[in-house]
Amino acid sequence: MLRTLRENRPLQGFLLILPTLVFMVGLLIIPLMLTLVVSFGRRSPDGGVIFTFSLENYLRLLGYERNCPSGEAVCFNPLYLQILWRSITLAFNTTVLVIVLAYPLAYYIARAPARWRTALLFMVLVPMWTNFVIRVYAWMMILRKEGVINLALGWVAHQLGIPFQPLEMLYTPGAVLVGMVYEFLPFMILPIYTSLEKIDLSMYEAAADLGANPWRTFLRVTLPLSMPGVVAGTILVFVPVMGTFVVSDLLGGRQVVLVGNLIQRQFLDARDAPFGSAASLVLMVMTLIVTYFYTRKFGFGEEIIAA
Amino acid sequence: MNPYQRSWFVRLATILVYFFLYAPIVILILFAFNASRTNITFQGFIPYGERLVMEGSLVRASPCGPFHWFCELAKNREVTHAARNTLSIAFTSTLISTIIGTMAALALQRYEFRLKTFSQISLYIPIVIPEIVMGIGILVLFTQLFSLLNSLLGLSGDARLGLGLGTVTASHIAFSIPFVTLVVQARLHGFDKSYEEAAMDLGANEWVTFWRVTFPMILPGVLSGALLAFTLSLDDFVITFFTTGPGATTLPIYVYGLLRRIITPQVNALSALWVSVVFLAVLAIQRLENRQV
Repeated sequence: MLRTLRENRPLQGFLLILPTLVFMVGLLIIPLMLTLVVSFGRRSPDGGVIFTFSLENYLRLLGYERNCPSGEAVCFNPLYLQILWRSITLAFNTTVLVIVLAYPLAYYIARAPARWRTALLFMVLVPMWTNFVIRVYAWMMILRKEGVINLALGWVAHQLGIPFQPLEMLYTPGAVLVGMVYEFLPFMILPIYTSLEKIDLSMYEAAADLGANPWRTFLRVTLPLSMPGVVAGTILVFVPVMGTFVVSDLLGGRQVVLVGNLIQRQFLDARDAPFGSAASLVLMVMTLIVTYFYTRKFGFGEEIIAA
Repeated sequence: MNPYQRSWFVRLATILVYFFLYAPIVILILFAFNASRTNITFQGFIPYGERLVMEGSLVRASPCGPFHWFCELAKNREVTHAARNTLSIAFTSTLISTIIGTMAALALQRYEFRLKTFSQISLYIPIVIPEIVMGIGILVLFTQLFSLLNSLLGLSGDARLGLGLGTVTASHIAFSIPFVTLVVQARLHGFDKSYEEAAMDLGANEWVTFWRVTFPMILPGVLSGALLAFTLSLDDFVITFFTTGPGATTLPIYVYGLLRRIITPQVNALSALWVSVVFLAVLAIQRLENRQV
């Protein structure tokens, strides 16, 4: 009786959700719709927005360019398509590398004695709670020409009597990849750990009783049961990598321009809000498509909350 | 029972990944004590001295000794100002988003109402779209809104509305609410309603039941939601970057601006401080939680 009493009060429920709706509509839904409106507009000479309906910004992203250097009226410039492609491949490579690194660690923690687990997890979280920008800075110190790696290599070379030329590691695509992996690794470890920890250990006994060898047990029992964690982790890693511009800015320099950098520069340097808005929406649609197909294929685990 | 735990591969991989996670942080902290101002190679620790003695880019002696750069940091007005901004934004946005997010979790878990599906979907959006998209959206909204208001109200000069602490705090509240709601909802999910029913059978009204029964039971969830909101706000770079204005610089924004120009041991000192504070805070919270259980 009580249940019906409570749940038949739609007004109370609505009042409880109202402040959330105000924030979500005011600072998420309306901004996204406004971004859409602005993306159809044109840049005014003073950096403002002229509201029209033109698809030009989207065409520009696809490579359609006016006022070409060759003098033709319209030509093909693949610059922006290359940036989009580079962002997707980088996000993909980062995600794969992060899974490879996170899985064994998550496995080790999940199978460690219970009293050790909290401490081991805590050790994963501490680096994540140091600031994002500070973590990029750490890699600047490690990778630069006079950085820790070159210093160590130089010392080894000196001991062996080999001439040593410092490696150029900072401001390369590789540096950006390492930085991204470092930034987002904990986001993969936590959900994988959560799903591994849930696995009923009697499953392993059953597998062993039925004569499965360890490798087969892993492939047929552990891996499938931990997939929800991998899926949740993939979303938590793939989505932010697609949009991050700090890592590529500080570790990639001018070498590695990603969609995030493109958008940031349109708003702060080029003052072309319409083109930046179009790029931002294309980025959103791309990530939504990828996550949609990915979750539809593998399911959407509650592990996403765990992180 | 499970043969993989002892496999040398898993052990080796675990050690290597922990090394990968911690080596950068150790290096970062070590260089906070560097005697070299250019901070290129490690030139040893700074000895104590009555006065500051510099030799080129080397610090030969400092009244603060090895903690020279920490002292410099404390004297740096821009840093203390940014630290104040960061904390005030984090505290305000945590308080408000925790209250609003908890209310939303109760509504979604307990009630049927119009726009329920819409609310649920809108709460998932910030998790599945890149942060920059939300940041750009808010930037576009505020620029259009403020230019409209400024011309409508005829504001000029310092009276003009613009980006600042207010816009940053509002944005932080907006991106924290979904996370608080998720955490509290997870707590409400396995909630035994019979306690509340008992309270009401004994004559407590809904208000009393909430504060005396429901709230104490979901409090751990609310607290971990608040902790999450606080760390998200402290750590946020992207949304702050697009919604901040003059005088509203936060620490991550300050550090980023600095790194694009110079590298100085002051940033390392700041990092070392940040890491230690976070480490101690989390450790304290864990202790507290363990005691409650």
